[in-house]
Amino acid sequence: MIFSFEIPLLLLLLATAAGAIMVKDLMSSILLLGTYGFTLALIWAWLGAVDVAFVEAVVGAGLATVLFLLTLFRTAPKDTRLRRPPPSLTTLIVFPLLGVLLLYAAEDLPEFGDPNSPASAHISPIYLKQSYQDSHTPNVVTSVLMDYRSLDTMIETVVIFSAGIACALLLRRET
Amino acid sequence: MKTFLFCVLVMLVILIGAYLYRVLRGPTIFDRVLGLNGISTKAIILLIVIGVYFERVDMFIDISTGYALLNLVGALAVAKYLEQKGLP
Repeated sequence: MIFSFEIPLLLLLLATAAGAIMVKDLMSSILLLGTYGFTLALIWAWLGAVDVAFVEAVVGAGLATVLFLLTLFRTAPKDTRLRRPPPSLTTLIVFPLLGVLLLYAAEDLPEFGDPNSPASAHISPIYLKQSYQDSHTPNVVTSVLMDYRSLDTMIETVVIFSAGIACALLLRRET
Repeated sequence: MKTFLFCVLVMLVILIGAYLYRVLRGPTIFDRVLGLNGISTKAIILLIVIGVYFERVDMFIDISTGYALLNLVGALAVAKYLEQKGLP
């Protein structure tokens, strides 16, 4: 298929991302970020990463909007207009160069869905074959996250937990 | 059938683009909220159609339900905000 469906989705993503930066009003910026999360979740779903799409829809589109709104509740309502200086010449030169460099590095990545790429040739079959015997969890993603990478997940949980405690302390009502 | 579903997907994305124009340009905050709601309903339908396209509807229905619930929470949060702080 010559026309691939990712292109209109990516155009939508770019439009929402640019709009969230360009819009002057913080409230509208939050709404546009919600749209960005929706589009990103659609892209994950289209690429077949259903679990990632679910997390992105729940956290990126739903929860992040509510958290940003809570932040707006707590900050001063007067100064919701953004006033930022135009980007300097260095920024305008360095960041496109960085983008070109990253695109150049992405040239060497294996094709999307390539069955001969190292990840799908060596790692995925082992996980798919052995994860049930190893961990007795029917969902492979869960067994990878919770068993094979359990230390990593534990430290991540510690980070999220402490961030949550900090947010709760900051957001509590003054008595 | 695949071609038909693909055309439906592209049409839905074009519709999302129309809503996105309203969200980006919207003169008042209500235009943006309504645009966001429209985009989320289109996104829910789009997810289901993607599920039919991949013939894995059962997984995608879960995601779209989560979408719909959280979209309601987000709309309620915006409404609460506007109620307490007044219109910008």
